[in-house]
Amino acid sequence: MKICVLVKEVPDAAVQKRIDPSTMRLDRGGEKNLNPFDTHALEAAMQIKEGGAIPVEEVVAVTMGPSSAVRALHKAVALGADRSVHLSDDALAGSDVCATGYALAKVLESESPDLVLLGQQSDDGECYTIGAVVADHLKMPSLTQVIQIDVTDGKLRCERQAEYGYDTVEVELPAVISVGDAINEPRYPSLKAIMGAKKKPLDAKATGDVGIEAGSVGEGGSKTKVLGLNPPPAKEAGEIIEDEDTNETVEKIVAWLDERKLI
Amino acid sequence: MAVDTAAYREMTDEQEAIVEMVRQFADEQIIPNAEHYDHEDSFPEPIVEQMKELGLFGVTIPEEYGGMGLDLTTYAMIVEELSRGWISISGVVNTHFIGSYLLMKFGTDEQKEYFLPKMATGEIRAAFSLSEPEVGSDVQGIKATAKKGEDGNWELNGQKMWVTNGLGSSVVFVLMKNDTKADPPYKGMTCFITEKEAWKETGEGDFKGLNVPPKIKKMGYKGVESTELVYDGYKCPPERILGGEEAGLGQGFVQMMDALEVGRVNVAARGVGIGQRALELALRYSQERKTFGKTISNHQAIQFKLADMATQLEAARLVTRKAARMKDAGERSDLEAGMAKLLASECGKYCVEESFRIHGGYGYSKEYEIERLYRDAPLLLIGEGTSEIQRMVIGKKLLQRHKI
Repeated sequence: MKICVLVKEVPDAAVQKRIDPSTMRLDRGGEKNLNPFDTHALEAAMQIKEGGAIPVEEVVAVTMGPSSAVRALHKAVALGADRSVHLSDDALAGSDVCATGYALAKVLESESPDLVLLGQQSDDGECYTIGAVVADHLKMPSLTQVIQIDVTDGKLRCERQAEYGYDTVEVELPAVISVGDAINEPRYPSLKAIMGAKKKPLDAKATGDVGIEAGSVGEGGSKTKVLGLNPPPAKEAGEIIEDEDTNETVEKIVAWLDERKLI
Repeated sequence: MAVDTAAYREMTDEQEAIVEMVRQFADEQIIPNAEHYDHEDSFPEPIVEQMKELGLFGVTIPEEYGGMGLDLTTYAMIVEELSRGWISISGVVNTHFIGSYLLMKFGTDEQKEYFLPKMATGEIRAAFSLSEPEVGSDVQGIKATAKKGEDGNWELNGQKMWVTNGLGSSVVFVLMKNDTKADPPYKGMTCFITEKEAWKETGEGDFKGLNVPPKIKKMGYKGVESTELVYDGYKCPPERILGGEEAGLGQGFVQMMDALEVGRVNVAARGVGIGQRALELALRYSQERKTFGKTISNHQAIQFKLADMATQLEAARLVTRKAARMKDAGERSDLEAGMAKLLASECGKYCVEESFRIHGGYGYSKEYEIERLYRDAPLLLIGEGTSEIQRMVIGKKLLQRHKI
């Protein structure tokens, strides 16, 4: 089977994120890195491949992004992907979640994967939705927030993190699965893998190469429009209980928690 | 807007990716576990095993022998990141690196083919030794001897001191006097490649006569063992003279001095790494701790300390990189390597002490990482030539180069 892993280049965790008010888009300057959640998706792909319960011919990393995103693809292949595909086109700039999902789905159509894996959220936009949009376009089942994948009889048994506990779901392939960071501990790329990253094939694609309709992507093709920007409300001052008599203090804290039905 | 500083860093994509990987490894595997191994003074085996898998024992070993064939500059970047985590971890790799350098530069084909593939994977680890109980920087004054026996083997006798990885290594590059009457003395010195069984205190069989006394108890730099080595009639075959008996006899001093030149860059990188960590800890603590109604980072006295630390660190890093790049370009870099070692090791100690002061009483408690750094940093002032020796060497070189 063939596994495609969607990856994204995001600002490094240490970079303070801000939105550029003139473009209403995230300022993507500064240090960048492969989205940490996507490293878990890559690791999940590698574990399926190495687990041997189902033969995996190829793991392909796929991204959409500017030219700098090549670095994220190099890291993805250093972490084990066999090759990578880079969708890059000026026409894509400003695409919202739906337009991005559509564009990625078109690239995936040209790859015909049996399984699409991705991190459940990106470290920058944190929309959590790309997997579902891609699955919709590909007419594949979609699972989100998956924290365990087992291969049985050519099907996947997955555990989904739910609000209260876990859902165990069996899914037939092909499918689109977004994973949480509890699914595994990603490996470190070895020196050999890092040095060999540039030798693995990297296909650069423009919108026309995969049949993306120009009117469906970019700022014009996006269905959402950012109208305004507001900072989150300032945190309210907390209530400080002075500890004069510890027994009394404990009572006060318990009463406070009880009032709010927290205990 | 966040400034993208990559353009000023002069790193290749691969170097950036390697540094990123090693930094993540240090953050996740080394720093959280260093306290444990430091406290127990025990060998951090799980960390070392992971380093083998990552290829960190074969950084500079050529690809044909299973290594990565990377240059000294890249190696120094790796050492900086490992040392930022814990200098003992870089200590596990450092003597191995010197050993592989000696083999790559001076070894016979047979020696390279026999040792380098096993060294590249970390299957065997290397140590090297010049010092003796009464001889440190004055290398020409060593007393350990090698005498050729009737069977053609060389018999080694004498005591060696301060051997990092002395117990866990499987091969020790050791300097011996094969001719005690040579004039000048350095012409009578030879480097022998002595094999032993890792983690075994008493040599048996082929390794009879090479014994490792209990490890030396140290102030810091724990986890990686420093030992004596006692050669007592150890038989070394002639093909284990570095470079072969014909070419290598009497060349040991020159070979070792060459290796120490790259060793100095290596120690410099360790100084930058430990200094970097000390600065990070100071930046964090100073923004958390409050005195007189504000965080201490708001006091100019603390800002000045942070400024001096960061400034010296930046300078030390640049001098270290320059020395490494010169060596990689094939330029003579003994002066620059000495300067880098002097500046960066002193800078490491300086940053650690300033960070310690910023931590106040907490820095003196074992609860805080800076306490370990405070015990670790002085090693760098001593190892591979003290600061005083560096100044002597730098001074002499300067006068040689600018003789009137």
